[in-house]
Amino acid sequence: MESKIFTVTIGGMAGQGIKASGILLARFASRSGYNIFTHVEYPSIIRGGHNVMQVNISKGNVAATQSKIDFLIALNQETIDKHLEELTPGAGLLFDSDKKLNTDNVPETVHLCPIPLAQFAKEAGGSDILINTVALGAVVGIMGGDLNIMFKLIEDEFGDKGEKIVASDKKAAQLGYDFALKNFGHKFTNPLEPAEKGEHKMVLNGNEAAALGAIAAGMQFAAIYPMSPISNILHVLARHQEEFNYIYKQPEDEIAAMNMAIGAAFAGARSMVATSGGGFSLMAETYGLAGITETPLVIIEGMRGAPATGLPTWSEQSDLRLVLHAHQGDFPRIVLTPGDTKEVFYTTMQAFNLAEKYQTTVVVLIDKDLCESDQNYPYFDYSDYKIDRGKFTMEPTPNYKRYADSEDGISVRSAAGVGNFFIANSDEHDEYGYSSEEIDNRNTQMRKRMRKLETCAREDMEEPVLHGPENADITIISWGSTKGAILQAIEKYDNVNFIQVKWMNPFPTQALTRMLEKAKYTISAELNYGAHFTGLLREKTGFVVDDTLLKYDGRPFYPKEIQNKIEEVLKKGVSS
Amino acid sequence: MTTLADLATPHQPNWCPGCGNYTIWAAFKNAAVEQGWDNTNTAMTADIGCNGHIVNFTKINSVEGLHGRALPVAEGIKMANHKLNVFSFIGDGGCMGEGGNHFIHACRRNHDITVVIHDNELYSLTTGQTSPTTQQGYPTKSTPFGNPDKPFSPAALAIASGATFVARVYSGDIKNLKEILIKANKHKGIAIIDVLQPCVTFHKVCTHTFYQQNTTPLPDDWDRTDKAAAFMKAMEFGENDIPVGIFYEVEKPTNESHFPQLKQTPIVKIPIKRDGLKEILKSYS
Repeated sequence: MESKIFTVTIGGMAGQGIKASGILLARFASRSGYNIFTHVEYPSIIRGGHNVMQVNISKGNVAATQSKIDFLIALNQETIDKHLEELTPGAGLLFDSDKKLNTDNVPETVHLCPIPLAQFAKEAGGSDILINTVALGAVVGIMGGDLNIMFKLIEDEFGDKGEKIVASDKKAAQLGYDFALKNFGHKFTNPLEPAEKGEHKMVLNGNEAAALGAIAAGMQFAAIYPMSPISNILHVLARHQEEFNYIYKQPEDEIAAMNMAIGAAFAGARSMVATSGGGFSLMAETYGLAGITETPLVIIEGMRGAPATGLPTWSEQSDLRLVLHAHQGDFPRIVLTPGDTKEVFYTTMQAFNLAEKYQTTVVVLIDKDLCESDQNYPYFDYSDYKIDRGKFTMEPTPNYKRYADSEDGISVRSAAGVGNFFIANSDEHDEYGYSSEEIDNRNTQMRKRMRKLETCAREDMEEPVLHGPENADITIISWGSTKGAILQAIEKYDNVNFIQVKWMNPFPTQALTRMLEKAKYTISAELNYGAHFTGLLREKTGFVVDDTLLKYDGRPFYPKEIQNKIEEVLKKGVSS
Repeated sequence: MTTLADLATPHQPNWCPGCGNYTIWAAFKNAAVEQGWDNTNTAMTADIGCNGHIVNFTKINSVEGLHGRALPVAEGIKMANHKLNVFSFIGDGGCMGEGGNHFIHACRRNHDITVVIHDNELYSLTTGQTSPTTQQGYPTKSTPFGNPDKPFSPAALAIASGATFVARVYSGDIKNLKEILIKANKHKGIAIIDVLQPCVTFHKVCTHTFYQQNTTPLPDDWDRTDKAAAFMKAMEFGENDIPVGIFYEVEKPTNESHFPQLKQTPIVKIPIKRDGLKEILKSYS
């Protein structure tokens, strides 16, 4: 069964508070008992460019960006012009009746909802910021929502700004609500009518999930240089550092970030960095330093589109090969690819344990669509999580050998200041860390380090997840943020399933080979030009997919596009 | 108590006979013995270059990292465990060239670390190319017709960038270097020591004799708190006119002092707690 999804889009100029309003609407819908999924589109400028936030609301599953609009809140002309074609028959268009906006081209099937937004904002307290609150109040009125839920939300969100602000926001919402209910309420169904009382849910995006996951995992040091789309990770971490006794430091560049994180880990801290592809390219030099010195390090890499500055505020999955291969020489690296906000939270926690257990780098590879799309979930439960610091001692140990050879490749790690002498040496080194270029030592140390990956594959690597029916005519194979769109797309088919791969290194070769043996027709879907994963799959398993679905325009997969592909294959008949 | 034997490793220095690195190493070890620096209270980071090999000959926990990147590693160590004495040994090539950005920001943020610049005015491990401190006109392998570029003064750059302790000393003056290392370590904030170090193999002008004849100690009544005068003095570098001593020394808030969580116990020694996270998760509803 396909879920019914109601899509509200808010558009305006950068600086008009589009994102804040979208979050408020998403929280409102969540508190009213619905599932939500948001998507933001904006250019890389602070004021003036076209900003859009899509809020999808459903009683059922909703985990993907939609290619339609059921209700459009247009704060400027551009929003109307750019999104006309997405409006569904019977959709609503809310705009400021006092602004001379041109709606001549709007199809007749669309209900126009002109409201004196600025005038009401002035009445409520004066400032233009309230325009959005008036509009949200109107949406609540039009869609059968409960204004008291909005009032409570305003109190929670703006309470720390003082009673006056709360009062004027409430008034603004009330004015919008009354006017809209009276004039347009009858034209729509009630997609925001409070649903049966569900549990309280969080509305959060992948950035927030990564930051909170790091705190839950006992992170002690983070150095992060701002970069879209991961900056929000550092905003969250910077805020809570005193309370949880960790350090967040903004460094001068990404090179310094990773070197600082290595220094902190050398002193014994659970340590992390976060960046996007460009910043990771700068970190490439230091990536291998962590590898050869066996320093645990969690790296959150939020991919954006294209090389160089590229598509800085759009999404792509084109850094997979980068994180798998960056840096000269060989060293063991773990690369994980969570598929939604919840997985980002738990994968980040897992990454800290893996980094310390295997004393190496763990990349959590996400993308802009994961970083900045909100979903709602019951409160994450981390009570079962045990902080695993692996073979690690903070006690003085006689004849300590930091890099002693071992069966599983893992030696006992210690920290500066403990009294256990060792060198974290970027030169190849012996078991104490002294530089050594001897043949036997090189072979021993190299094999020891690389053996950690074999241990990891044996003890911790997870098998891919099969979604949908066991036996299917079409098997979609994919990774990362595409999960939501694929799950939504295949809901209506009983002959299509989906293999989600969450481990890129080490790679689940055996499990995938076994799973793919049953597949009749395989489509590899990913958001890049170079089919990074498709190639990796072939390299690791010898398996050649029947078909690919690739996209690299910065936009996510829309479920419709995946369904079109499925239809195309079904039409020509499945035979592989 | 630290003895010289405690600091010894099974490895003997492989620097060229007469290299300035020997006396820097000696001065550091003497300071360590005098001050009791050991593996319970001290850590080092090193650059890549001849100087970086110091980690193999000194039994103190260290990171020998990447060319030009010793400073951010040291900063990370200090933030994670602010009770440690942290020293960075860097070269003029690595940290003035490849790592110049780290250098100015380390000074600006006033991390509480001690930075020893092995300043031999050359890239020597790669057999003698021009560095950011090579004098203009001096011929090197990369500038056979003379270095066209003007050098800068690491000490002046440090003062301009906000460092709070800046000194220059000749590497052969072991006693003074030891005293300055101790003072630098006691100083709250970043301490930059520009050590004039002859490269006996590749530098034909900046020899031991050259530095012995051309360095002049700062006057006894030098005002170390006068930033403008310190900057001007640090810019002086010529025949019979290479001032040495502590140019500048002031107390300013350190990087570490800005973190309330670093008031007492080092971050790495505080038991990890996650109480309160539930409340934060609730704020997302």
